[in-house]
Amino acid sequence: MEILMAFIIGILFMSATYLMLSRSIVRIIIGTTVLSHGAHLLILTMGGLKGGSAPLVGENASAYTDPLPQALILTAIVIAFGVTALFLVLGYRSYKELGTDNMEKLRGTEGND
Amino acid sequence: MINFLILPILIPLITGVLLIFANKSIKLQRWIAGLSAFLTVIVAALLVQKVRNDGVQTLNLSNWDAPFGITLVSDMFSALLVLTTSIVALACVIYSFKGIGEDREKFHYYSAVNFLIVGVNGAFTTGDIFNLFVFFEVMLMSSYVLIILGGTKIQLRESIKYILVNVISSALFVISIAYLYSVVGTLNIAHISVRLSEISGVSQPGIITVLGVLFLIVFGLKGAIFPLYFWLPGSYYAPPAPVMALFGALLTKVGVYSITRTYSMFFYQESGFIQQLLIILAILTVIAGIIGALAYWDVKKIVIYNIIVAVGVILFGVATMNIDALTGSVFYLIHDMIIKAALFLLVGLMAAIAGTSNLRSMGGMIKRYPGLGWTFFLAALALSGIPPLSGFVGKLLIVQGGFSSEHYWGAAIVLISSLLVLISIMKIFINGIWGKPRSFETENSVPYRKLMIAPVMLVVLSIFYGVGADFVYPYISQAAETLTNANIYIDAVLKE
Amino acid sequence: MKTNDLILQTATKLILFLIVLFSIYIFFAGHYTPGGGFVGGLLTSGAILLLLLAFDLKMVQNILPFNYLYMVALGLLFAIGTGAGALLFNTPFLTHAFGDIHLPVLGELHLHTATLFDLGVYLVVVGVTMTIIQTIGGDE
Repeated sequence: MEILMAFIIGILFMSATYLMLSRSIVRIIIGTTVLSHGAHLLILTMGGLKGGSAPLVGENASAYTDPLPQALILTAIVIAFGVTALFLVLGYRSYKELGTDNMEKLRGTEGND
Repeated sequence: MINFLILPILIPLITGVLLIFANKSIKLQRWIAGLSAFLTVIVAALLVQKVRNDGVQTLNLSNWDAPFGITLVSDMFSALLVLTTSIVALACVIYSFKGIGEDREKFHYYSAVNFLIVGVNGAFTTGDIFNLFVFFEVMLMSSYVLIILGGTKIQLRESIKYILVNVISSALFVISIAYLYSVVGTLNIAHISVRLSEISGVSQPGIITVLGVLFLIVFGLKGAIFPLYFWLPGSYYAPPAPVMALFGALLTKVGVYSITRTYSMFFYQESGFIQQLLIILAILTVIAGIIGALAYWDVKKIVIYNIIVAVGVILFGVATMNIDALTGSVFYLIHDMIIKAALFLLVGLMAAIAGTSNLRSMGGMIKRYPGLGWTFFLAALALSGIPPLSGFVGKLLIVQGGFSSEHYWGAAIVLISSLLVLISIMKIFINGIWGKPRSFETENSVPYRKLMIAPVMLVVLSIFYGVGADFVYPYISQAAETLTNANIYIDAVLKE
Repeated sequence: MKTNDLILQTATKLILFLIVLFSIYIFFAGHYTPGGGFVGGLLTSGAILLLLLAFDLKMVQNILPFNYLYMVALGLLFAIGTGAGALLFNTPFLTHAFGDIHLPVLGELHLHTATLFDLGVYLVVVGVTMTIIQTIGGDE
């Protein structure tokens, strides 16, 4: 299971990197979400994969999964959700304002020389 | 009152929320924002005194015991930084009353500033590595808002890059925490430190080095160390002066703080690879910053590159890891936060008067604005560490620490860097403030006197900080002591 | 092109209330079982979004004339207030209180201040989601 997860996470990171290296803002934003999904899966895997039991510990529980990685992932998902939303709005705004979604054209040196 | 150390986080948080409701009346917003910033300063000062008297303060949120719940920890280092943050925030809020423009004020500017302070103070105070990530995100989210607010073309363009860089670094942060969790199985900083020393006591597993480098990349991106500073000059250039001052004084320093904290707690027992790496990177950061600062003819850019120099100098002190250098680093860190904020506000004022930030089209401001000229002169001297101003003591201790642990080259470069910093900042003074008076079209619309209050306040504070070094030294050395001896922190948190 | 939304609109009128009811159930279920303010909030905003798809933004704003930003702030106030309430009793921030009370009709009730915190989360989630949708979908 860990091996499979490692491959999935690797593929997610790979696609995220590919998407973020492209020129269109929308693709970049999708890339960042894919990257965060990869990171979340990594937390889950690193916390130790164990199937078949609930994360809640009863008084006499014989088996339980570590609830902490799940709590971390939930927090990280909420944060990623917020950042993605903001980024989307920004991408949309700058498309309207600057008239392009091509990062090459946003290169500008205004104020840099 | 056991909740005392959360007040510097809680007050700005509540203020930020209340300000959302008050968006109709700008006057009310200013009052609330100003009063709460002032209150935060007082509370933070009381907190520093409390830590001085009673030692490290801890608070287990929600009453969960230390390694299981989230713990907030105020040692002297973090308490001092919280106090400095609050002072810088107060100055920036005062400057914003006249210097930011009503358009931005209507769009929840003060709320965003307050949430930024929540993030920064929280990051300084938290004793939990994942909570540090959360406070980083609070801080970054507010900084996204602040950098976009106003929506000019350059802001939109730069904020896309800024957000992208920070999203990637946040993902890396989560990844590093995941690896760390798989190694130690805990998130409490003190507990991690204990577990890591158990592991590295037996053998020297390579994973600790990997973790160290990962954290260095994450915090290096935030703190703008070489070679990860590439995003900083462009992004910090875009927003208006008070926002620039907040960013320049606080955001990179949170990265520096995190590097210092993690290295003094986690990786001090590592094989030495990370220390070597950090020293080399710190020196390269100083050099890269100096080159930028000398090369540009734009007042904002010069000061922005000086942030990078300062980060390098502080990290050099941290990396040498002896008590002298660490004391120097803490001293210099606080000095740099105050003086960078002052310089950004002054430079912003100059740019507002001249209508451009290009140094070639400024000149002769001392004729009509002597106050501005001399305040800038003092700030410039303090920045480059001329005795008895505040930069001197810190740099002296850092260099001394560098020599005593035989990093001669590094210490020499830090010494030379102060000279070059002086040249770069005097370039502004000679070309912009000295010289033949010019008249500027935009100058009459600038409420000069009211805008001078905040920078003068900061510069005066910085002078007292330098002249009164005897008075502040016990506080600083107490901070450095916790950094060199992780057990003080661990004992306070885990209560063993 | 004018589309015929009759099926969607009719179905929405029925389903909307079911979703809202379910979201309220999920919200209260969150105390001991899976659920809570976050999921409940997302479900409610999903319901509003469905309304928005079936009809249009103007109508939704007429039906639900809230300033969603204020809703976010109100939610934050609830959440912070619940946490800060602990300061009054000199217990650590975010410490919750709970107890059982007996009400005449409803019987035994287990009350917990975490519900108030969750209510804050619920309001924040609905507010934030709707703000985003209005910002992106708002201007044509």
